[in-house]
Amino acid sequence: MTDALTELLATRDWLLADGATGTNLFNMGLQSGDAPELWNADEPEKIRTLYRGAVDAGSDLFLTNTFGGNASRLKLHSAEARVHELNRLGAELGREVADASGRRVIVAGSIGPTGEIMAPMGSLTHALAVEMFHEQAEGLKAGGADVLWVETISASEEYKAAAEAAALAGMPWCGTMSFDTAGRTMMGLTSAAMAQMVDKLAHKPLAFGANCGVGASDLLRTVLGFVDTGTSMPIIAKGNAGIPKYVDGHIHYDGTPDLMADYAVLARDCGARIIGGCCGTMPDHLRAMREALETRAAGPRPDLETIKTRIGGFSSAVDGTEADGPDTPARRGNRRRRES
Amino acid sequence: MSDEEEIILADLSDDELVEQMMDDLYDGLREEIEESVRILLDRGWTPYDILTKALVAGMTIVGHDFRDGILFVPEVLLAANAMKGGMAILKPLLVETGAPRMGKMVIGTVKGDIHDIGKNLVAMMMEGAGFEVVDMGINNAVEAYLEMLEREQPDILGMSALLTTTMPYMKVVIDTLAAKGLRDEYIVLVGGAPLNEEFGRAIGADAYCRDAAVAVETAKTLVARKHNQMAAN
Repeated sequence: MTDALTELLATRDWLLADGATGTNLFNMGLQSGDAPELWNADEPEKIRTLYRGAVDAGSDLFLTNTFGGNASRLKLHSAEARVHELNRLGAELGREVADASGRRVIVAGSIGPTGEIMAPMGSLTHALAVEMFHEQAEGLKAGGADVLWVETISASEEYKAAAEAAALAGMPWCGTMSFDTAGRTMMGLTSAAMAQMVDKLAHKPLAFGANCGVGASDLLRTVLGFVDTGTSMPIIAKGNAGIPKYVDGHIHYDGTPDLMADYAVLARDCGARIIGGCCGTMPDHLRAMREALETRAAGPRPDLETIKTRIGGFSSAVDGTEADGPDTPARRGNRRRRES
Repeated sequence: MSDEEEIILADLSDDELVEQMMDDLYDGLREEIEESVRILLDRGWTPYDILTKALVAGMTIVGHDFRDGILFVPEVLLAANAMKGGMAILKPLLVETGAPRMGKMVIGTVKGDIHDIGKNLVAMMMEGAGFEVVDMGINNAVEAYLEMLEREQPDILGMSALLTTTMPYMKVVIDTLAAKGLRDEYIVLVGGAPLNEEFGRAIGADAYCRDAAVAVETAKTLVARKHNQMAAN
């Protein structure tokens, strides 16, 4: 194994990832509804600024501006023919910024969900999903990404398709899912079930974990769920900077840099190795997180009560990983399946 | 489950069959639902009774368990698909028999936003609850909403947004309705991952709906209230 991320992980207890892409770009004038990926071609200096924001704040790893860079998403902007180009450019700009930083910084090629529901429930077939992710992966590879970074996935079928695409592209990869519905993904997957699913993959990620979701506390509960499965794979924590609030016509995430610093340290104590933010996480947050990780000593693994006290409560009483108890919701009884 | 006795739907009493239909909806068994609907029609049930007492009642259970984090999107999609099978049989008959309407909803994702999974779920659950739904799709400007409201004359306008950057556009639509004196013609429901109740109030919606199940409950309550008010006046 000679990939850059594995090497960096071998020399460090924790790595600081980056924060928000969208929140930062909107502050630079991206209009809602426009595809951020088009800026890789049209506004390269702004994308360099985005990347430098994370690098200058101390990130060891940052994601390229290619989250929606698959054919299914770009089609909504009539740019489905530009998948390879936009991903290559996004990674090239990242490579340039990382290589000019004077230290080792990982360029992670972001791959977001297709936005489609997969068969049999929806219309997206496994083969087509693999093909779309593979096309994007090749663009990121050509642009010099160190690793592919699959994120905000909710269906295990889609995660598996991305794993296959990474294998086809011959690229190391990482993959995180978004646990935003009663502690599970939208499709009902628990943190424990994800860890087991990842363990069975033929082309395993270098690290797996959670991003986005609902606030920083929920994300840490998810990390604890991963750790409890006894996995030996590095865990990624990329939580939102609090909850979005509507103030005077604008959206603000209510998580302060201090809160995200606490979150970062707690994430490390929970067992995460790669720690960053997601929506609402700006360079100021990242700086506070870096400082906290460097200056505060590692502590014991926090329990849920400690997390709640330190950075706030959870969005649901349970997350599907607990042993059956009084809070465990049960499926409707007397189920039957007819022979057919 | 090979030791399980095969259930013959036609052998069940009406009450047992309705119970079974609720189970089958829950399990997303489309063919079984279609068969049961035909059996009840043969037994002389009105299409409206089949809709409300079996299908809508069954989808209400699905909705509650979705709201409570027991069922998730895949199960709800399967249940909605089974419901659709039953509705396809009932729809023409409902029109023929002049059955009362639950209400009508126009729904769409707002301008700048191209996400539609949540909105589609709401549309499916609303149809499952017996509402007529006109789906405007994604990326709708205020003009498109106005035109559709004018044409369809719904009881409810539903707006969806997944992005924090597109949420504020809901206020543009509501403000425009108010300026044209049309705001009180419709019940306005809003939803989407980044929204919350506080936001719904701040922009002047009638309600924020956390998920598709809550949307259905809220729609039922507010439509009933509106009808009562109209009757009282």
